[in-house]
Amino acid sequence: MATSEAALHSPTGAHGHEGTYSGGIWSWITTVDHKRIGILYGLTALMFFVLGGIEALIIRLQLHGPNAGIVSPQVYNQLFTMHGTTMIFLALMPLGAAFFNFVVPLQIGARDVAFPRLNAFSYWTFLFGGLFLYSSWFWQAPDAGWFGYANLTSTQFSPGPGVDFWFLGLQLLGLSSLVAALNFAITILNLRAPGMKLMRMPLFTWMTLVTSFLMILAFPAITVGLVLLMFDRFFDAGFYNVAVGGDVVLWQHLFWIFGHPEVYILILPAMGIVSEIIPTFSQKPLFGYPVVVYSGVLIGFIGFGVWAHHMFAVGMGPIANSVFSATTMIIAIPTGVKIFNWLATMWGGKIRPKVPFLFAFGFIIMFIIGGLSGVMHASPPADLQQTDSYFVVAHFHYVLFGGSVFGLFGGIYYWYPKVTGKLMSETLGKWHFWLMIIAFNITFFPMHFLGLQGMPRRTYTYESGLGFHDLNLVATAGSFLLGASFLFFFWNFFRSLKKGEDAGENPWNAATLEWAIPSPPPHYNFDTLPTVRSRDPLWAEDGYEKPAADQEPEMPAGSGWPIVVSSGLLLLAIAAITSHLWLVGVGVLIVFVGVYGWSFQPVYR
Amino acid sequence: MPSKKATWRRGSWLVLGLVLVVGLAGCTGVLPQSTLHPVSDFGQRIDDLFRRIFWFAVGVFVIVEGLLLYAVFRFRDRGGEGRPEPVHGNTRLEIAWTLAPAIILVLIAVPTMKTIFIVDNPAPASSNPLQINVIGHQWWWEFEYPEQGIVTADELHVPVGRTVQLNLTSKDVIHSFWIPRIGGKRDVVPGHTNILWFTVDSAGEYPGQCAEFCGEEHALMRALAVAQDSATFRAWVDSVKGPAREPADSLAMQGKQLVVNGICISCHTIRGTQAKGIVGPDLTHVGSRQTLAATILENTPENMFLWITKNDSIKPGNKMKIPQLPADQVRKMVAYLQSLK
Repeated sequence: MATSEAALHSPTGAHGHEGTYSGGIWSWITTVDHKRIGILYGLTALMFFVLGGIEALIIRLQLHGPNAGIVSPQVYNQLFTMHGTTMIFLALMPLGAAFFNFVVPLQIGARDVAFPRLNAFSYWTFLFGGLFLYSSWFWQAPDAGWFGYANLTSTQFSPGPGVDFWFLGLQLLGLSSLVAALNFAITILNLRAPGMKLMRMPLFTWMTLVTSFLMILAFPAITVGLVLLMFDRFFDAGFYNVAVGGDVVLWQHLFWIFGHPEVYILILPAMGIVSEIIPTFSQKPLFGYPVVVYSGVLIGFIGFGVWAHHMFAVGMGPIANSVFSATTMIIAIPTGVKIFNWLATMWGGKIRPKVPFLFAFGFIIMFIIGGLSGVMHASPPADLQQTDSYFVVAHFHYVLFGGSVFGLFGGIYYWYPKVTGKLMSETLGKWHFWLMIIAFNITFFPMHFLGLQGMPRRTYTYESGLGFHDLNLVATAGSFLLGASFLFFFWNFFRSLKKGEDAGENPWNAATLEWAIPSPPPHYNFDTLPTVRSRDPLWAEDGYEKPAADQEPEMPAGSGWPIVVSSGLLLLAIAAITSHLWLVGVGVLIVFVGVYGWSFQPVYR
Repeated sequence: MPSKKATWRRGSWLVLGLVLVVGLAGCTGVLPQSTLHPVSDFGQRIDDLFRRIFWFAVGVFVIVEGLLLYAVFRFRDRGGEGRPEPVHGNTRLEIAWTLAPAIILVLIAVPTMKTIFIVDNPAPASSNPLQINVIGHQWWWEFEYPEQGIVTADELHVPVGRTVQLNLTSKDVIHSFWIPRIGGKRDVVPGHTNILWFTVDSAGEYPGQCAEFCGEEHALMRALAVAQDSATFRAWVDSVKGPAREPADSLAMQGKQLVVNGICISCHTIRGTQAKGIVGPDLTHVGSRQTLAATILENTPENMFLWITKNDSIKPGNKMKIPQLPADQVRKMVAYLQSLK
């Protein structure tokens, strides 16, 4: 441990910087501080997580028994469309972005991201995109599925504004993600502290880098697909219209070229978090660091060559199905390697089963189940029975809930003390964990059986003679227990802000740089930039060095222009949905004024 | 601290117990759409492959989860001085746990590839398959037997022991044809013709349903495969291949006038009459069908009456938009349609 530096790195003492978050609402609207933006991302994501969860509970209520009439078929279709879209674009991705924002600059020893105002722009565009999408509930929510398969999304089969809300909202969210991804890739490549070589970067930063490249490369595909859809819907273009020579399968390729990397965009940050938590709570460095890094890179890379495994039943023929089957099976290898390295990290360690560790461990044991069922439908003939059935619903919930959600909530428990300066309650955290992992399995494990018994997904009801009743009832009961488990989380989350014990700089005795500064960190993070000499700077003898500071560094001033540009874009989406040409003019004007003001505003005041 | 440890153990046993209970619950009851009880060569091939992969998965699951649980109990912090030895890696181990899954995957991939080239190609010509065209509609199925000159809806009659090739396409959006006990699904895509082939090996009725989300009533777009021995199948072909029968009684006769001179013919065909609509199901032999409305209703006069008068509340969003007809007229129409055996 770098105890020799202890006296040097915090001129204001170990009690943190309450000033980091002080200031009125205006200071939050104009903030360009990555830590504040991270918190905004996190809170917004949690809000949408709750909304998506409520949608899921209504879905489960409707499916509790055969021929139930809790909601109409159309509302049911809207619910599952919004549930999927919400959880992917408005909850899990932004929760990942919350950690990228808060943690990555601290881990690499930087004072902020490369483009702080662009970072604020990403957040506001995400928020407005989410609110825009949710405002559809007051008119007509989209009901063509989160995957929006053409030609069900055409004006012929989906008249009304629902699908317009969906693709315009996704375009805003896509822009936000793309800008954020560029920002993070550039930050990680350029703003590392001296000595923080690529192969010394913490695993979470590494996975953020890989995820950023995935976003940069994957989002253009869906953007193109959505632009074609927009031309079809607004101007009758016919890209997906069979009657005029279009092709509906084109959409599926464009969507899944984005959609599969998207799965890794959701899981890799969680894997990064787990790769931080397991070593910390085993008190051992990560086993096989380079292998874990390379396997993450490899997963990202191969992730672009597997998209058509979502389409084995489309009729692509034996050659294409064989190739995509092979690539999909190959991706299981680096995934397995990661799991074995986590196992080896724990092996011979001194494991402290604190709440963050429980969630990370929950991630591993649940993700394995999702990975194994994934291998089952990597085999196209087997997939012909499984695709679009509840077996697949079970599979991807084991990956995205058992995986991503467990990992991301582990991350919340892990970094909460750094963000707030307070420890969360271990007791409430354990209640949350045990209730969540038990309820999660009661909810989703039966769905494997339902799928194999022939229950297709996206069906608002089922008939009584099909034998689906009992297991659906079990799943519904589990889902409400699962929802209840989060009450413990939110109680803990808000209670600890006031009543939590002081965390100090490094409550978990972790090895990475973010734990070398006070909790919460001062707004400039590091008064002087550290020089890093080890992969585990806080554990290694002489792992890093940080000269004493004689003054506070100057930080970029807040700016109101990013939110102006974002609101101009929001207005453009509103103009498109209401078909008001003059509103387009206003939106463009606001964007222009915003970009102009932004460009000529000095960074420092 | 033994109390904490006990909680820890209790928790994991609870998880395990629940998984087992749920697992056993999955093995009981009548399962007419089970993918695990195949009745065709196609379904059997998939089932063989699935079971092979499943047992590999069980093996991997037990070993890896076992090691993880062992590690977490065995290496718990039991106090004491000092930090664990900082092991950074081991090349041999890395190679081993890269190769082990690779070998398992090869053992899965080889039979997978073999099966792909059987099930994703058309039926071998030597099997002289019975051709059936399947056309997906929002939210019902049309079946054409081009060689026999039959057009019917929702109930797919197939002979046992003879290879059947389905040629699938859609009139509107993408659907997916799935009779789980016969085998896997295949998407029904507008502008494309996909192929699915199989030989059913035991007579029976096997329900299925659309498996690609296709709009409001996707859930009720069901189908029924009726597998018959070859004599029964031939009898069925003979009974439904000709034009519609003339009604025998006067009630049905009046019904016929109402049907073939009314709104019905804008969507429905009744061969041998002037009803030549192509939007809805062919009604030439509707009286011989067991079910109505994509198999969700038993085909009785009462249900047919309900369907004509209240289809929108039975299946909200259903495309049969007709004005409210007087009840006595509908009763006559039902009498006629029921006579179309």
